[in-house]
Amino acid sequence: MSASAKPIANTRSGTGIPTVRLITWWVIASEIVIFGGLLATYVMHRLGHPEWTEAASHTNTWAGAFNTFVLLTSSLCAVLAHQAADAHDGPKAAKMLRLTVLGGLIFLTVKGFEWTKDIHEGFVLSSGGFWSFYYTLAGLHGLHVLAGMIIMLIVAADAAKNQELQRVECIGLYWHFVDIVWIFLFPLLYIAR
Amino acid sequence: MTTEAHVHHPNYVKIWAVLVLLLIVSVVGSMSHIRNVVLIAAFGVALVKAYLVAKNFMHINIEKRWVPYLLIMCLLFIAILFAGVAPDVMKHSGENWSKFPAKQGAVTSGGPATKNE
Amino acid sequence: MSTEVQHAEPGIFHKYFFSTDHKMIAMQYLFTGMAMALLGGFFAYAFRMQLGFPNQHVPGYGIVTPGKYNALVTMHGSVMIFWVAMPVLIAAFGNFLIPLMVGCDDMAFPRINRLSYQIFLLSALVLLSSFLVKGGPFGGAWTAYPPLSAVGAYNLTPIGATLWLLAVALEFVAFLLGGINFTVTTMNSRAPGMKMYDIPLVVWMIVLASIIFMCSAGPLIAGAVMLLFDQTMSTGFFDPTRGGDPLLWQHLFWFFGHPEVYVVLLPAMGIVAEVVAVFARKKIFGYKTVLYTTWAVGFLSFVVWAHHQFVAGIDPRMANIFSITTLLISVPITEMIFLYIATLYGGSIHLDTPMLWALGFIAEFMIGGVTGIFLGSSGTDIYLHDTYFVIAHFHYTFVPIAIIAVYAGITFWYPKMFGRMLNETLGKIHFWGTVIPFNVIFIPLFITGTAGDQRRVYSYAQFAEQSRPALQHLRTTSTIALLVMLAFQFVFLFNFFWSLRNGPSAGPNPWRSATLEWTVPSPPPHGNFAELPTVYRGPYEYGLPGLADDFLPQSVPDQAVGD
Repeated sequence: MSASAKPIANTRSGTGIPTVRLITWWVIASEIVIFGGLLATYVMHRLGHPEWTEAASHTNTWAGAFNTFVLLTSSLCAVLAHQAADAHDGPKAAKMLRLTVLGGLIFLTVKGFEWTKDIHEGFVLSSGGFWSFYYTLAGLHGLHVLAGMIIMLIVAADAAKNQELQRVECIGLYWHFVDIVWIFLFPLLYIAR
Repeated sequence: MTTEAHVHHPNYVKIWAVLVLLLIVSVVGSMSHIRNVVLIAAFGVALVKAYLVAKNFMHINIEKRWVPYLLIMCLLFIAILFAGVAPDVMKHSGENWSKFPAKQGAVTSGGPATKNE
Repeated sequence: MSTEVQHAEPGIFHKYFFSTDHKMIAMQYLFTGMAMALLGGFFAYAFRMQLGFPNQHVPGYGIVTPGKYNALVTMHGSVMIFWVAMPVLIAAFGNFLIPLMVGCDDMAFPRINRLSYQIFLLSALVLLSSFLVKGGPFGGAWTAYPPLSAVGAYNLTPIGATLWLLAVALEFVAFLLGGINFTVTTMNSRAPGMKMYDIPLVVWMIVLASIIFMCSAGPLIAGAVMLLFDQTMSTGFFDPTRGGDPLLWQHLFWFFGHPEVYVVLLPAMGIVAEVVAVFARKKIFGYKTVLYTTWAVGFLSFVVWAHHQFVAGIDPRMANIFSITTLLISVPITEMIFLYIATLYGGSIHLDTPMLWALGFIAEFMIGGVTGIFLGSSGTDIYLHDTYFVIAHFHYTFVPIAIIAVYAGITFWYPKMFGRMLNETLGKIHFWGTVIPFNVIFIPLFITGTAGDQRRVYSYAQFAEQSRPALQHLRTTSTIALLVMLAFQFVFLFNFFWSLRNGPSAGPNPWRSATLEWTVPSPPPHGNFAELPTVYRGPYEYGLPGLADDFLPQSVPDQAVGD
């Protein structure tokens, strides 16, 4: 897929923002409402059910903190990829994007081990209010991490050939958003007692 | 198609270091026994971290002004959602109504499944 | 700047089923929506036959049992809103019109556009598959309140319930993708010279509708995931015995559900605006006011939702607040209708079929609007909630939106889409044969509703105090009027398909309209414009003195105009 297949509609910029970045902001806006809706619902329940503190104490704060560190570092890689793309260094941007994906992989792996332990201790999706929200929130977030990783690999493949470099910044924006969601999930699910 | 650099790139590693430091603060602070310290450590830090990521990594402050306004409008809608729903869902009683199972301290962890198959 | 389309002529599969051309995708949405409308209409036929002639065999269907009745009303509502109104008003008209009306060659992201239709088609297929499963399609009402919708033992359609939820979720994803594409294209891909206030109103309305949808669907998507887990994974998000709350679903649903009605209203009003301007040969009165009031409606639509829950057990103090906001929102909408009427005043009215539909919209929607006042005030709503009064009210708004305005749009843009003119006589017969019976269906329902007839009850026979046999003639009248109205739709179908081949050829601008889509051939070629246009003025320059013609197209340069 090369640039010549793009319609003129894609190359115009009435707002001054390139279309690909414009669509990324709109995607982020709609995701804010999706995660916001779920998070607001959780917060309402959590505040209304102080007895959930007991259940919440079983989440592994160190796993959560480590995963936060992993995502922050992966965001660093993503923005360094943007910097490389701005310098027209496609291969370096691809490398940084792939490191970002690696961060996502570590995140999901740690979560896998974390959830395995939780399940062995008997805490599953239907184990009551707190756990239902916990798995739903972290699960929806994890799906977004996975989707981001896949799209990022596709963008990296093009970037390595110095193609479609404008997409590097945009997948980075999405990744930062997913990172910010986790920045709030961490205290909500792992710290708040 | 190549990007026309529209942002000035600061030292991203420095910003990352600040973020990690804030993470450590929030974890350490959460081990305190004072409720307000825990809350500020957890959520105050989260707000600061989110702001730093948005400003320095996403370059929101250099973007056209309506973009952060749009995102804030979405957050505002979530605030409206919370304001309209929490009085019914968060509270367990109000003017002329009560939620009896909730007030009895409903099943919190484990608990029998209902009539779901 | 000219477009150079260098690829080879695509094969049939690629041209009709795998196209990225916005016009073809529009047709896909249009025909899918029309097919689903036949289905939705059939469901209404079946359950209204039960209500008009209780417990009789329904020709073409059979006996309407209680379970089947519940499934019929659920599917009628769901199909009409999600698989007819939205795809036709937003996706079909949006896809077809936006690139043409803003002067570019396609959407900004044609492959995402194609993906959105594919996901939409999948959602329709998932919904249709629920007709084949054990228990049949979901019967818990389109509002799907738990615990009824969460527990299979209650709704008796456990598999259908989950399939319905998945279908709705997929439909949401399709419209999120499509809506974002429309928004980006309108913001970025406009012709040079087309400033914000030069954009035709229908484009503004479709974009604003997409934005409203985007901002309101999120919490319901979250709620749908929770309901799905309640249905399939033994969670208790909405189960009060396990710390959940059924009211939460209601709030999440209506937080989306109310903005949703404006999501479908806005494109309808946009279509009516275009038709009124062209057939009154007059500029829209107060374009900017229309725009600003639309923004106001859009914002206000987010703070009125709990008027659907006045009797659900919400805190009565919240009911006060939502009553006020609900009555408030009627002000900007009424203002928009007044602006359309002001546009008509002093205009040179041509009563072609599209204009008849547009005028019909204004009249019928006003009736729907004023009857909403009784429902928006929590006091009167306590009596009227869940009665047929509500059904009559929302059909007096939804039918103008999803049927009348759609016919206005189809009859108006048919020449551009297909290169042929529809038959005017058949068009007028279809118009009167739809609008008159429509009123005969629903006016009796206002009466039976005020008398106390409850919704979603398949037969009042078992409920002595409900049965009100004296009103049965009204229910029967309503059913017969529906049969008449459905029969007249065949006039439209015949006209539509017959004219595809046999209608007179349409030139590029049979209605003498000033907007950009009428400057290209009918139907437009791939790439739309041989030479991409530049825009010099607003979209409604009609009736200007001193011109050779009575209108000035947007893309004609000033110096080309005669003195």
